[in-house]
Amino acid sequence: MKLKKNIATSEAGFVFNPATGDSFAANPLAADILARTKAGQEAAAIKADILEHYDVAPGQLEKDWDDLLAQLREFNLLD
Amino acid sequence: MKLPYERPTLRKLTAGMPNKFGPRAGARAVTALDGVAVAELVARFGSPLFVLSERQLRRSYQAAVRAFGTRYPRVQLAWSYKTNYLNAVCRVFHQEGAWAEVVSGMELEKALGNGVPGPHILFNGPGKRRADLERACEVDAVIHLDNADELHLLLDVAAGRARRPRVALRVNLDAGIVPQWDRFGFNLENGEAWQALGRVACSGRLALVGLHCHIGTYVLQPAAYGAAATKLAALARRCAQELHTAVHYLDLGGGFPSTNTLKGAYLPATDTVPPLDDYAEAVAGALLGAGFPPDELPLLVLEAGRALVDEAGSLIGTVLANKRLADGRRATILDFGVNLLFTSFWYDHHISPTREFSTAAEPTVLYGPLCMNIDMLRESIALPLLAPGDIVVVHKVGAYNMSQWQQFINLRPNVVLIDQAGQPHVIRAAETLEYLQQLEAVPAHLL
Repeated sequence: MKLKKNIATSEAGFVFNPATGDSFAANPLAADILARTKAGQEAAAIKADILEHYDVAPGQLEKDWDDLLAQLREFNLLD
Repeated sequence: MKLPYERPTLRKLTAGMPNKFGPRAGARAVTALDGVAVAELVARFGSPLFVLSERQLRRSYQAAVRAFGTRYPRVQLAWSYKTNYLNAVCRVFHQEGAWAEVVSGMELEKALGNGVPGPHILFNGPGKRRADLERACEVDAVIHLDNADELHLLLDVAAGRARRPRVALRVNLDAGIVPQWDRFGFNLENGEAWQALGRVACSGRLALVGLHCHIGTYVLQPAAYGAAATKLAALARRCAQELHTAVHYLDLGGGFPSTNTLKGAYLPATDTVPPLDDYAEAVAGALLGAGFPPDELPLLVLEAGRALVDEAGSLIGTVLANKRLADGRRATILDFGVNLLFTSFWYDHHISPTREFSTAAEPTVLYGPLCMNIDMLRESIALPLLAPGDIVVVHKVGAYNMSQWQQFINLRPNVVLIDQAGQPHVIRAAETLEYLQQLEAVPAHLL
């Protein structure tokens, strides 16, 4: 997963694409994932951290991770 | 201890005119029905599960009686069987004092089986067979005549009977609303109804006791009922004056809305549906002003169905899966579909989660489990981030779903009634494959 370079994110979950003018609201976990991705953290490390801290099964996280990727692609936020 | 998890999601923000009207946005968790935990109901009776509240059934009935009875001195409710003819439901209303309004021979037998005396059964419906009419005559039910062929068939059935069958004439009329329902009964404005009344009166074989009309369904204009009552009352007075026949009751039918929101409505029904008191005011005002002598006021009969039962019913279901559609929309698959929630064709049903979520919500398409494209429960609903296994409750499903449901692809589930003491009772057991196949037969060459 690689976010487009120009995508702006905030800690509160506001996501803005200056190329299209589209804006989005991310829930806390999505905002956290986007921030870490922007900071260059690898997907595997982010997932491991989520599994360590959140009450979620690995299989469920994988499904939801794929779904988040699908959303980011749909919203044209990925490189 | 680990943090509670909620799947990561994004919601596109769209600019538009804010709507400051309407109810609080966002879904509130409903954890119990009539004091019984939803989780306990699912554990005991499975999912999906229809739940009826006896307390709400009685409350709705009493509210309707109060609305009309405080405005007009002679009121009788007749429970519309087709709306929900589970015997337990019918018996609650009969205990409260309701007569029965039936529309088929099968419903007539159900009403008799529920202990309703024949004279307290009003037999509507456009498709009565000869055997139905004979049975109605036998038990002295009141036959609401729908068409000329039925009238002549009944005259034939009545010939030679010691007791004249009691009848009411179904009348359709212009109550000032569109569409004007004209498929039931005889038209008033073109003289057809008067002609039929003359034939009934002159036949000597039938006893005319009532006039009936049913102006529509989910009618949102109380004034239309006032207009119908005025016209029906004028017709009754004409019967007395010209045919020397006293009409004992005027039946204004049903069609009163519940607070379910119709598809396409801009505002929720809770904000737009008039209270039953407005309908009562319109009808009572029309009848009291119609010129009847005080001691000859006809009985006002109402065939309420939806308004009495809708709110008392809930449907509990479970999330089976989530998926994303090709256009990016979220879709959730539930364990019930249009097979059980027939009214989702008409209503945008209110659906609640049963546990607390964050305020994050995602527009979601709700599908049922049927392998059919039509099996869509909501085209778009803002729901919290439900996961497989989460339980939801659909509200106000008491009307029509438990009579129009289909055994299609899946078997029909348990129905429970929570009594006034908070005890759940199974009033219709979940179907089994054996039950489903018991009427089937396989020819010998296929065995």
